[in-house]
Amino acid sequence: MTDFIKIAGVELPSRLFLGTGKFASPEIMRDALEASESSMVTVALRRVDLARPDRDILGFINRNRFRLLPNTSGARNAKEAVFLAKMARESGLGDWLKLEVIPDPQYLWPDPVETLAAAETLVKDGFVVLPYMPPDPVLAKKLSDAGCAAVMPLAAPIGSNRGLKMGEAIRIIIEQATVPVVVDAGLGVPSHACEAMEMGADAVLVNTAIATANNPVRMAAAFRDAVKAGREACLAGRGAEREGAEASSPLEGVVRG
Amino acid sequence: MITIQVNGAPLSMEEALTVQGLIRKIQIHSPAIAVAVNSEIVPRSSFDAVLLKDNDRIEIIRPVGGG
Repeated sequence: MTDFIKIAGVELPSRLFLGTGKFASPEIMRDALEASESSMVTVALRRVDLARPDRDILGFINRNRFRLLPNTSGARNAKEAVFLAKMARESGLGDWLKLEVIPDPQYLWPDPVETLAAAETLVKDGFVVLPYMPPDPVLAKKLSDAGCAAVMPLAAPIGSNRGLKMGEAIRIIIEQATVPVVVDAGLGVPSHACEAMEMGADAVLVNTAIATANNPVRMAAAFRDAVKAGREACLAGRGAEREGAEASSPLEGVVRG
Repeated sequence: MITIQVNGAPLSMEEALTVQGLIRKIQIHSPAIAVAVNSEIVPRSSFDAVLLKDNDRIEIIRPVGGG
């Protein structure tokens, strides 16, 4: 059964998006991407290292299998984000973009005002914009009204591995969403990703939890299965929660000796 | 002799190079790069046409691992 996620008219077979940062080597990253069965991966843009100009991460990402989602990490305001986005497009990475505007170095909390301003500019300029955002339902609505192709609320601070700390706000965002909701940042173990999918998230984005695991390839496979399980559970529809017990076995016909 | 800034580091050259000439000189082979001169993005199609001047600030970026 196919259960693709559709973003900006494009169907993606996997609901697990992967970040490519923090891996111990590009070979491990490549193998983890493979194991994850992901179909979309993020990259950052940085200065070419003039001492090692030949380093090229794209040699380890099969672009026939993985759609690239360049991010604007490093941008502290809308102007810097728009500049980075245009540089990304000019470098041939396409027009899909994970918009990230982060002025706060301690919690890496995204700036809602600058993110919205950048999103409006970039959508008008033809970008497919997926904004990383603080988990605020009003902001999610404004970003989707501005033409963003998805919204990506944070579950917990980037790299914290703390799980769905913002779960209640994300629940509201999912309930009200008119575009796909991709839970991004802070998911630390597969059960966190599974829970996000059970809640109705359309996809999750994971990087640190996989890249910094003792065995990243194995962890990538674990996240793959957790995301599938959570999605299946969401589609299946959970049973009602109740305070007390309710017997699973029939109460009639009991034999007591 | 002219001196330019490439990714924050000074680089002196005997004669003015184009953007394409600079890319060749510092041996960047990856096709996935983007270039800005003095904060203006240079379209790939103009790499051969844009001549670098003394004190120009050049930024050359490429994709790296990131989340």
